[in-house]
Amino acid sequence: MTHLETDVLIVGAGGAGMYAAISAARAGARVILLDKSLVGRSGATVMAQMTVAASVGEEEPDDWRFHLKDTIAAGRGLVNENLARLLCENAPARIREMEDWKVGWARKGNHLTQVHAPGHDRKRCVYVDFLNTGPAVSKTLRTQVNHHDGIRRISDLIVTDLLVEDGRALGAAALHLESGQPVGIAAKATIIATGGLTKLYWRNSASANMGGDGYALALRAGAELIDMEFVQFFPIGHLAPRLIGMDPIMWDPFRYKLGGKLLNGNMEEFTQNYGTAEDGKYVITRDRATYAIFKEAQAGRGSPHGGAYLSFQHIPAEKLREAFGPVIDRLAANGIDLTETPIEVAPIAHYHMGGIRVDERMASGVAGLFAAGEAVGGANGANRLSGNAITEALVFGEIAGHSAATHAKGIEDVHLPDNGRNLLNEIDAILNGRDGEDPSPSILIGELQELMQRDVGPFRTAEGLERALGRLAEMKAALPKLPISGGRVFNLEAADWFELRNMLLVAECVARGASARTESRGAHQREDYPGLDESWTFNQVYSLQGGEIALGRADVPRIDIDEAAA
Amino acid sequence: MMETAKEIARLRIRRGTVDDPERYDLFDFAFEPGQSVLDALRWIRGHSDPTLAVRFACINANACKECVIQVNGKTSYACTTRLVPGEMTITPLPNKRLVRDLVTDTVPPDERL
Repeated sequence: MTHLETDVLIVGAGGAGMYAAISAARAGARVILLDKSLVGRSGATVMAQMTVAASVGEEEPDDWRFHLKDTIAAGRGLVNENLARLLCENAPARIREMEDWKVGWARKGNHLTQVHAPGHDRKRCVYVDFLNTGPAVSKTLRTQVNHHDGIRRISDLIVTDLLVEDGRALGAAALHLESGQPVGIAAKATIIATGGLTKLYWRNSASANMGGDGYALALRAGAELIDMEFVQFFPIGHLAPRLIGMDPIMWDPFRYKLGGKLLNGNMEEFTQNYGTAEDGKYVITRDRATYAIFKEAQAGRGSPHGGAYLSFQHIPAEKLREAFGPVIDRLAANGIDLTETPIEVAPIAHYHMGGIRVDERMASGVAGLFAAGEAVGGANGANRLSGNAITEALVFGEIAGHSAATHAKGIEDVHLPDNGRNLLNEIDAILNGRDGEDPSPSILIGELQELMQRDVGPFRTAEGLERALGRLAEMKAALPKLPISGGRVFNLEAADWFELRNMLLVAECVARGASARTESRGAHQREDYPGLDESWTFNQVYSLQGGEIALGRADVPRIDIDEAAA
Repeated sequence: MMETAKEIARLRIRRGTVDDPERYDLFDFAFEPGQSVLDALRWIRGHSDPTLAVRFACINANACKECVIQVNGKTSYACTTRLVPGEMTITPLPNKRLVRDLVTDTVPPDERL
């Protein structure tokens, strides 16, 4: 067994984790930045196609308060306004810092290019061409992380549990996938930066490691979660024909730059029948577009594969080429000519609004445990505004890194608590393997994804949610008995087992919260409770009580925007 | 695995660690146009052999660059290589230390434990 020590441990090395590492190192902390895959290459940030929202005001005058008002409106009454204020107020500084680090935001003449994304009141979103925002942001942060001697990076390291003693977070127990070694990491402060939970769904735009690990780790460590019932479905995820080497979210940038038309199976525009006429522009918000596409398909007017058509046939070939250059060639290699045929799109699990409940320092209720990025709950309420995800990774990462470093300075000793040994032994036991007759963990992961897609997706009913909770309980009961092939080196079945354990806990949170919330709001739509119910204008808070998920309620934190600015 | 298929795609995959004798496993699929080699490898992990070791993170986007392997002796990304009818031989990178199956030590030296 290996034993490491550090001031600040960061779990997850996407955008939020890397920014947190830089920030903690700048504050003088020794940092371990780890990832269950490769540092800076996995997670959600690297997959971002385009927009990053910040009131830098390069295209037209702007102010963080305008950005905040749009963020609050998009969140349908549930935005934690203290967190959203931090997000919007700090966004320009982070965008400028990334520019100083040569990320290469798209420019027009002497200013940054900003596009007008749905739900924003003006042109506010910067990006990197072509469809390259995520890779460019990741590469820039990897370079900065590498400049700091105080940051130790470790890939292939899967955190299985946080170590807690007397209500204090003291580090983590982890499995080194490549060698099969259990690793104890003693840390004065720990930051969860593991992203969201969209891997719970069969159709998702996530990377392979977004199974909600961080939420499960925090919950088991005694922290609270919030707003878990709100999963954002991105309305126009690619559906057909099959594409190779392209992200399913790629049509978002096409709509930003070129508008495009959403059509039903009869080749008619339909969003106007659901309250938003588009008129060739990209204006419909994510929750409303998801609703319209599903309802149209349900009424028998879907595209052949059960979604909607997205057409750019009215855009001349030279305009397409000017806007997307080499991407047009990649589409041609896939047999797609946008001037000839529409493609098919359908909602796809994309982002999770809920997450770990934190204060303005990104501190959870467990001393020494912080969160950053998508792992944080509350800033986006019931529906996230386009462009706020990378922004929140950068802003919350910066704050969390600083807060964790400050916390670490006040702590003298660093040690593995007594229960750390048990948790490391548990890793050993899983790696040793065991016989069993149930399906393997990877088969149950597939079943869980289908179950969540069908019964806990964007449209929910009491019946479907009950069915999901019943099956989740059976799977949870089977967990200790699942067969695992033994073996130390790169044992993905063991990794699957730990991931399934987290996915089951987090899936149950989503289903329980969705079952309790008997109204429809933002990304949470109940077919049996249509329409927003004002009496449900509060956040649901999740905790573990005696091993079972308990739901509580909390008032939505509000601020007076104009007073706050003064 | 599906009897009605007209065409079969067969993956011949190198298995084991450096300590094991060289061994290949065969997996057959009903060929569907538009699938990638990574789609097939993920299908194997989810339905047929969950012990198959392979690296990938971003699945479709070719953004993480983790799924680099050899297909018929040519270094390729599994996510951008099309599955074709007939047999394809899938092997780990020959110039990196073999970890297990298709996984080699592609972790940068300063990111190791």
